[in-house]
Amino acid sequence: MKSRWLLLLLAVPSAWTQVTFDRLLEANKEPQNWLTYSGTEMSQRHSLLTQITPANVKDLELRWVFQAHSLEKFEATPLVVNGILYTVQAPNDVVAIDAVTGRIFWVYEYAPSPDAHVCCGRVNRGLAILGDTLFMGTIDGHLLAIDAKSGKPIWNVTVANAEAGYSLMHAPLVVKDKVIVGTAGGEFGIRGFLAAYDARTGKQAWKFYTIPGPGEPGNETWAGDSWMHGGASIWVTGSYDPQLNLTYWGVGNPGPDWNSDVRAGSNLYSDCVVALDADTGKLKWYFQFSPHDDFDYDSVQVPVLADMEWKGKMRRVMLWANRNGFYYVLDRTTGEFLQGKPFTKVTWTTGLDDSGKPVRIASANPTREGTLVYPGVQGGTNWFSPSYSPHTGFFYIPAWDNYSSVFSKLPAEYIEGRRYTAGAPRSPVASLRGPQVINRTEEEGYGAVRAFDPKTGVRKWEFKMADVTSSGILTTASDLLFAGGREGYFWALDARTGVELWRANVGGDVASGAMTYAVNGRQYVSISAGSSLFTFALRRNQ
Amino acid sequence: MRLFFYLAITCGCLFGQHSFTVIDVEDGGRLYRANCTICHSAEGNGVPGIDLAHNKFRRAKDDDDIAAIIRTGIPGTAMPPNNFSDFQALTIVAYLRSIAAATAATTSGGDPARGKTIYDGKGNCASCHRIRGAGSRTGPDLSEIGNLRLAGELERAIITPDADVPAQHRHFRGVTKDGATITGTLLNEDKYSVQILDAKDRLVSVQRSNLRESAIVEKGLMPAYKDKLTAIELADLVSYLVSLKSVELK
Repeated sequence: MKSRWLLLLLAVPSAWTQVTFDRLLEANKEPQNWLTYSGTEMSQRHSLLTQITPANVKDLELRWVFQAHSLEKFEATPLVVNGILYTVQAPNDVVAIDAVTGRIFWVYEYAPSPDAHVCCGRVNRGLAILGDTLFMGTIDGHLLAIDAKSGKPIWNVTVANAEAGYSLMHAPLVVKDKVIVGTAGGEFGIRGFLAAYDARTGKQAWKFYTIPGPGEPGNETWAGDSWMHGGASIWVTGSYDPQLNLTYWGVGNPGPDWNSDVRAGSNLYSDCVVALDADTGKLKWYFQFSPHDDFDYDSVQVPVLADMEWKGKMRRVMLWANRNGFYYVLDRTTGEFLQGKPFTKVTWTTGLDDSGKPVRIASANPTREGTLVYPGVQGGTNWFSPSYSPHTGFFYIPAWDNYSSVFSKLPAEYIEGRRYTAGAPRSPVASLRGPQVINRTEEEGYGAVRAFDPKTGVRKWEFKMADVTSSGILTTASDLLFAGGREGYFWALDARTGVELWRANVGGDVASGAMTYAVNGRQYVSISAGSSLFTFALRRNQ
Repeated sequence: MRLFFYLAITCGCLFGQHSFTVIDVEDGGRLYRANCTICHSAEGNGVPGIDLAHNKFRRAKDDDDIAAIIRTGIPGTAMPPNNFSDFQALTIVAYLRSIAAATAATTSGGDPARGKTIYDGKGNCASCHRIRGAGSRTGPDLSEIGNLRLAGELERAIITPDADVPAQHRHFRGVTKDGATITGTLLNEDKYSVQILDAKDRLVSVQRSNLRESAIVEKGLMPAYKDKLTAIELADLVSYLVSLKSVELK
């Protein structure tokens, strides 16, 4: 295999170094590279690399560490293209690194405007690439194109107004010749949207508001003029199905978060997955997980696309573990609800009806005095990537269990650029970077990796942690699973059984998803923790 | 809430060098809840090392410092700048001061000197607690308790200590596979081990794989003094504890 790569490099060097859209679509054919946020446009965060196996994973050793010049959470998943690793040092510095040695080639430093407003950390979750150009959204609402060879900016466009609370956090998604991004800012009373930009020029190609305007279907689901500041942000990367030419995105919570009195109605398309025509941005279908959300249950999870036999026939499905505590299977051609079951403790609903709509419990709403609800404000899971392994057939979820918040509701008043949340949830578990020590009981909340059979919804195994987890999950075709947790470990588990096979103490909160790549025939696994990026490989005698 | 209004009015709403109306303080509370609680929590203790409701700050020395930080943020940290006017920022400070005041003394008139005598003698407090290097480390160190807890809270903690045990004061109890019991103050834990300060003042990592049973202990760590101290003695003891302020390190 190695010699074939070398031959290709010699024969067509320019074609091989250019990351064409066809290469993005067929990323599984070159598993030595990691070309998009979730590995492929199907977003399974599953690699076909098999050099590291359950038998030899115990021999993983640290190869290099990149220490960011930032004390922010390191949430980015790197890209790797032909031995070069690209990542983002928070908030918005792009770094090109030798993927074998960890040596830096260049750093592009971007200074966000002081007007940038962020709710939960000045973070960035990664990059996209097309051709020789990297794309990054910034916390002050810009989209940048950067030369992957020199680190020099090519174009810089304003996507949305930072002063009004808009920001860009997620890795963009490239579809054909366009770069798609969405706006964060759901805690600042924005009106969220997705927009596509010409990859060469930065010119906007289409725009889709996640809250319909007057006269558009769905606007009636917002009382009065609440649609103007209803949030419905986008802050995690979507997926793309080339056969259907649909791009799928999870949409964030409605605002104000915890006092819904001003926004009577189901509040479309907050807490939905939307399926858009990738060429026009027109809505093909939507599915709303949490209508009229009172708990900040953003549905910004990565849409995991899979093709599987479903009740006797092959079906194009979408797997979704939602912050609201339920795991869903949808038909991604039509949006039809196929299955939904809780994967963690849930007290805000009695369950889902036949259409997948939750049956609310009236007494489980935020009140002035406070109402205890499971899952708490950070959800049963959150933005951290799940994984689907076609090899095991399991869907893997980073879960929080026994986790609650007391939701208090407060008066709501919109003032541009200020928080528009109208509440104050309290929980035994810190939402963000909390204390470095933990002394909680299991009844107060814990984290776990949970494996489910998506066809039955049956839990196959669980790997419990002492603390909660903000880590995504990576699986490989050799039936390994990599994940971390807030207590500072990075684990390799047997993807079929959940048995721990290896661990490293990375000394800080893992708040990103692992990825894997290969250079010169050697497989590497990278994970960020604390403020650093750690890369492991098997010892040389392997 | 009624208590808060009462205090706000009777105290003249004078916090630091600034004075505010009740409405101002309420507005400050609204701004705080809408803008600050995601990181700092409703109780003000969401960020390690900072307890806004108990006047415990990391950098600010006075109200104006706090207001400046609220407005400009702290570069290089998660504390962002905010679009508040000077006055709005000060109303948030006033709100924080008001929470501290609202949980203030229900015991009054105590004599700190007599309280120290009770602490050292009848109360036998030093058998578990420590003040400026003297006493046991089994219970919380009280050297700066006057900065960290208000009189009312201290009084409740003495009378009914099991009613509200902060997580940082929990204990751990484990039994090893060969039958030995291990106890101590719970400092930290992960999937594989528990870090404690044991009864012999040793920092110990207990491996879970060596234990046959374990539990986190919250109740019964401190005797209730409800019927053990007179009202005057209680007031004296609280008065002494309130007098224990920060120690200047040299």
